[in-house]
Amino acid sequence: MGAVKTITRRGFLVGSLAVGGGVAFGTFMAQRPYENPLQAGLGSGEASFNPWVHISPEKITLITPHADKGQGVVSSQAALIAEELDLEFGQFEIDFGKPDPAYYNTAMAEEGVPFMSTDESVVAETMRGIMGGVMKLMQLQGTGGSTSMPDSFHKLRYAGAVARETLKLAASNQTGIPVDQLTTKDGAVHLPDGTSLAYTELGSAAAGVESVARVTLRDPSEWRLIGKPMQRLDIMGKSTGTTTYGIDADVEGMVHAAVMINPCKGGPMKSFDDSKAREMRGVQDIFEITGGIAVVADNTWRAFQAANAVEIEWGKAPYPDEQAQHWEAVAASFNEEQLDSEWRNDGDVSAAAGDSFSAEYKSPYVAHQPLEPMNAIVCVTDDKVEVWTGHQMPIFLQQQVAAVTGHTPDQVVFHNHFIGGSFGHRLEFDYLKQAAEIAVKMPGTPVKMTYSREVDFAQDFPRHISMARGTSTFEDGKVTSIDLSIAAPSVIGSQMSRIGVAVPGPDSQISAGAWNNPYALENFRMRAYRAPELGPTSSWRAVGAPGAGFFFDSFLDETIHAAGADPMEERIRLMGHDVSRKVLEAAAEMSNWGAPLAPNQGKGVAFVESFGVPTAEVVQVTNTEWGIKIDQVWIALDVGTVIDPVNFENLVQGGVIFGLGHAMNSEITYKGGMAEQTNYHQHEAMRIWQTPEITVKGMENGHKVRGVGEPPVPPAAPALANAIFAATGQRLREMPFNKFIDFV
Amino acid sequence: MKLTVNGNEHEVDVEDDMPLLWVLRDELKLTGTKYGCGIAQCGACTVHVDGIAVRSCQLAAASVEEGSEITTIEGLGSPEALHAVQEAWVEHQVAQCGYCQSGQIMQAASLLEDTTEPSDEQIDIVMGGNLCRCGTYPRIRAAVHTAAAKLREA
Repeated sequence: MGAVKTITRRGFLVGSLAVGGGVAFGTFMAQRPYENPLQAGLGSGEASFNPWVHISPEKITLITPHADKGQGVVSSQAALIAEELDLEFGQFEIDFGKPDPAYYNTAMAEEGVPFMSTDESVVAETMRGIMGGVMKLMQLQGTGGSTSMPDSFHKLRYAGAVARETLKLAASNQTGIPVDQLTTKDGAVHLPDGTSLAYTELGSAAAGVESVARVTLRDPSEWRLIGKPMQRLDIMGKSTGTTTYGIDADVEGMVHAAVMINPCKGGPMKSFDDSKAREMRGVQDIFEITGGIAVVADNTWRAFQAANAVEIEWGKAPYPDEQAQHWEAVAASFNEEQLDSEWRNDGDVSAAAGDSFSAEYKSPYVAHQPLEPMNAIVCVTDDKVEVWTGHQMPIFLQQQVAAVTGHTPDQVVFHNHFIGGSFGHRLEFDYLKQAAEIAVKMPGTPVKMTYSREVDFAQDFPRHISMARGTSTFEDGKVTSIDLSIAAPSVIGSQMSRIGVAVPGPDSQISAGAWNNPYALENFRMRAYRAPELGPTSSWRAVGAPGAGFFFDSFLDETIHAAGADPMEERIRLMGHDVSRKVLEAAAEMSNWGAPLAPNQGKGVAFVESFGVPTAEVVQVTNTEWGIKIDQVWIALDVGTVIDPVNFENLVQGGVIFGLGHAMNSEITYKGGMAEQTNYHQHEAMRIWQTPEITVKGMENGHKVRGVGEPPVPPAAPALANAIFAATGQRLREMPFNKFIDFV
Repeated sequence: MKLTVNGNEHEVDVEDDMPLLWVLRDELKLTGTKYGCGIAQCGACTVHVDGIAVRSCQLAAASVEEGSEITTIEGLGSPEALHAVQEAWVEHQVAQCGYCQSGQIMQAASLLEDTTEPSDEQIDIVMGGNLCRCGTYPRIRAAVHTAAAKLREA
């Protein structure tokens, strides 16, 4: 065979640096700290010690820049600062902060590094360090990739400790009492005589003090907050309807807008007739914007109604019209020309001993569809653009909006909000650019643009489709080789192309959740093939791993069954990573693996590592006369440190439900270039009646802190498919499963 | 038309077919009630009309009889004076993104008006129309049981 494009580490580094602007940066620039954005405009009696802590005579404000789309990271970020700063919940306010390079995300780089998360070699760790510098130089402030806690865990505790020690120094300067005789508790510096100085009283004294740089973080045994159940700071608002999401924001003088954009995404609008719509009550204006029309009215419903009344002729999509053509393009990609990367080639799969087994798998397009539809308020004036919405990438938001309005990015003032779910949708910019385009036509007027649910479905960039083909061997009851090939269009390429960034090199997400599982298979080859760009796609919770993890684990399970081995025991035998093995063993123990079941019941196990979190799930199903019923799920996963066990359990259960529900019930298919599914009745994932009991075990054997937003999702689908096989003998090799089997 | 919302009477001038949801959100600025799907598939817009849970996206405001009591999440309770269902929602830390929870809470409060000790099955049936994309269903079930106990003891 010809030249295999095996990824080289050097090649990757050059490619990744090119993302940062095509320049090789020196370490000096990467190490130079960004200025503290809170220093600008400090008033009398106010002080700030770093970009996360601000003190005024009235209150203490902690900046929690990672966007909260439901993960609870506002509370977790605050807890990390408060832990070291000796604050209790209720003694401070939180603020999302403004877009600023100081809030760059170090951890976001790690997922892109072509090393397994379990690889802690000097080379791998050095590369992660370099990539962290690249992120800083790119000013990549962002939320995603389950990185909020990995990024924050050290940084925010340090921010709290620096603030604490600086406040003590200020109190020492003010009172003349040496620092080592001062203590902190409950938002105050305590003096030896039993009196105390509230932090809020120390702003003036602290203002002239340079922040103490040398601080020691507390030992975990001293933690008051971390690892203990907390009451989320947003829980009261979200239980009383008083939280203001972007869609609820109200700006004086605001008008309401709706859009109709070509559902053949990226296709042109040929013509439109708005004569009927213009006569409708409350309609103020209708005009063309990129790819469609906008209606401005005095009420959102009136804008929706009028947008529906505009008669529009759409042009064709820049991708194949029919779903079958999309599948054909992926299926045709398993060839040498389209080899994106060979991620693993351990041993020699061609020489492995034993009988062989082959299978093919498919994973569909799936929509994000958080319950809060995309929306934004934008107000454009000569020298300023204000934006009210919820978004995960504040600095990119400034750049994207500025490009539409003709301002400079620093003229874009962004007011971030709590987000009514994302699953990746709030990483996108099209809805923002449309709102900005409308606002440009109405200078000085705040325009609130809201997607109808139908427009949201039509304009969503779903999870990418993918296929896998595998050949394996087994002998003497053991798996002896796995050779798996996955083909998919590049989701990262599609996503980044929309912000004008070309990503060189292979896309690790085509086979994420497959190549990186830390099994010590003697013979293991994992190849990724890049299908041409088809329908535009975007990161969907866990990105590559829900598809590739389903392929890998299902294929492993089938091979184990073919070998006649026990699915749990064989996975444990093959596992080459201690922390991961313990996760599997915990799942076996929790689920009482091996205990007798009724003849119509079955258990399936799956293991997928994503975002550095080894995760094992066991699903038990009953094959009833009305279809498959999911009885119970057990999940064990290792995140190094569990920040809040209650929120952790909620997120993990939610991730399992998200993974199961979409695997069972949801896909997006194209017809005539448009998504056929228009609302939740055709894409509803899981409802409460299908929800099983889910038992969660958070483990802490890994020594790096990991995020938990995404990792519970990928193993859910294969664990369910494996359980259904165990109960019925029917093997499901394509999602969604309800195309082939009924669920209760 | 006249609407009584959370005990306050409002005079609104809207077309006969404007859904109650949009009168609440855009005319009366009561944004605790959410728009999710517009076709009664998600339940985020659930409010009470004379104590009965309804999908306000499918109910024309004009069809609400004058004098009927409309209750939204803002009228059920407040952070200072929580309804038992809201108390249970806080205790169980149900919300993740929270966007569906106004509707979930209104649906649960209505359920518990009729059924003081619901089984899991009854909860699944009555709450089945309320979609939660984050998957907080296990906590919703638990919180409904807790709220039921609180109301029985009250």
